Amino acid sequence: MKILVCMKQVPQKDAPLKLNESGAWIREDVSYEVNEPDAYALEEALRQKEKHGGEVVVITSGPTRAGQVLREALAKGADRAIHLEDNAFVGLDAFNTARAFAEAIKDEKFDLIFTGLQSDDYGYAQTGVVLAELLGWPHATIIMQIEKTDGGIQVKRELEAGYFQFVDMPLPAVLTIQSGINKLRYATLIGIKQAKNKPLRKVTLAEVQAVLGPNLQKIEKLYVPQKTKNTEFLQGPAAEVAKQLVEKLRNEVRVL
Amino acid sequence: MSSILVVVEQREGKLNRVSLETLAAGQALAADTGWTLEAAVVGNGVSGVAGEIAGQKLARVYAIESAKLEPYTPDAFAAALKQLLETKQPKLVLMPHTYQVRDFIPKLATSLGRTVISDCIAYKKDGDKLVFTRQMFQGKLAADVSFTCDAPWFVTFQNGAFRADKVEAGASAAAIETVNPAIADGVIRNRPQEVFKEAKQAVDLTQADIIVSVGRGIKEQKNVELAKQLAEALGGEIAASRPICDAGWLPMDRQIGSSGQTVAPKLYLALGISGAIQHIVGMKGSRAIVAINKDSEAPIFEIADYAVVGNLFDIVPPLIEEVKKAKG
Repeated sequence: MKILVCMKQVPQKDAPLKLNESGAWIREDVSYEVNEPDAYALEEALRQKEKHGGEVVVITSGPTRAGQVLREALAKGADRAIHLEDNAFVGLDAFNTARAFAEAIKDEKFDLIFTGLQSDDYGYAQTGVVLAELLGWPHATIIMQIEKTDGGIQVKRELEAGYFQFVDMPLPAVLTIQSGINKLRYATLIGIKQAKNKPLRKVTLAEVQAVLGPNLQKIEKLYVPQKTKNTEFLQGPAAEVAKQLVEKLRNEVRVL
Repeated sequence: MSSILVVVEQREGKLNRVSLETLAAGQALAADTGWTLEAAVVGNGVSGVAGEIAGQKLARVYAIESAKLEPYTPDAFAAALKQLLETKQPKLVLMPHTYQVRDFIPKLATSLGRTVISDCIAYKKDGDKLVFTRQMFQGKLAADVSFTCDAPWFVTFQNGAFRADKVEAGASAAAIETVNPAIADGVIRNRPQEVFKEAKQAVDLTQADIIVSVGRGIKEQKNVELAKQLAEALGGEIAASRPICDAGWLPMDRQIGSSGQTVAPKLYLALGISGAIQHIVGMKGSRAIVAINKDSEAPIFEIADYAVVGNLFDIVPPLIEEVKKAKG
């Protein structure tokens, strides 16, 4: 099976974020990491390839720094990478990002496209499904298991509150992958070495510009959310804080 | 006349209660904009749900019926709703941000050349312009987002963003219009099987008065023991955020959040939990929330009643001792 994995670089989970001058985005001088569900999507693609053969291709969009996500993926075992490289890609909405990806892969023939179920930065949870619609492919979201069948694949969808559902579907298809579908591997030293010789195709903004339209939605303002609760901060040495907290639990929360 | 359409969710002919929150949002928006409020329910055999919704304060309910809409598939739902939207042309289309809606609404919007502002927690009316607030960067920041395209504008609201008990009943039952969409053979490509629950859930955390919950800050599997000791001292249950269960450090049935259990105990003590949205939606109804986290900017502190910025490994051991002392 030939599988494309859409990956995104996002600010690290505990990175302190500051607003930039525009007030509509963050200052970009923070540490980045791969969007967590995308790491699981890559791992699943590698496992499918190990079982059924084929090829794993990874794609991302973003400035030069985003290439790190692709290098890590190549080191873990992806065969080649596509980087839509331009700072402007950071500001695209899900519709435009999907259009750019569709354009960048128009000469390829994939059986499956994986994305993480959502990104840790925007959290729109849309790009994968939008891409499926643009390609005219079926899709399934929040996937916890994938088995090849005679006519296509059978996937296990996670529903809410502990429910699941198996869905049979034809190929090609787009799947959005849930964290925890598998156990992530680490890149090996030899993998890191081999990654340097794997093909990485760069796509400029100009190459996909023709299919992009104006964004359909716009961030007017980004800000630190207003606290809705009166939070009481307990301070002091650990032993002291423990005492204070127990007093609160006894006298205010009344659970002791 | 401009209108707002709320698409409510049903399963096996039963209304998903989170839909009432979306109706409350729709009623508030209708009052602010002067637009007409309508609702739609999609499925096969939905007249019961349509009737239930028609009792609320709104102008009309569309019962979108077809044998092809059961079981749910994104292909059939998007096709059916697309037909309704093209005929009725509402300005604003509201849905709850459920797993099912997430599965089909980006497809539906894309098929109309439109976009979804997803997982919103509030809206503002700025002159003539509607702005929707959503959390970003795992809840660390909030964004006000507007549409820069023509209607229909698609918005999904986060679970708990509006209050279901704020829905106003109508003076009289609204008219129900049954719509039978044409869904051609071949439109539906997925073949879903029965919905099932994995192993029987061993623990029902919804019944616990006290929950001690651990997140990534617990660092290693062996440290979960420390949290268990605290839970035991307090007479509560141990629970976790998703990454801990994904790693297998605690079983999946101990997971709190959108993909796990939703709880509202008397005390929720969060150890090393940053407070990603997916976790918060599962516990924000707790009566008292205590958060211990070393990152002072962790979103969990936004909803905590008592907060300790510090290393949980320093604080939990003396806390266990103090709890034991207090309990005698």
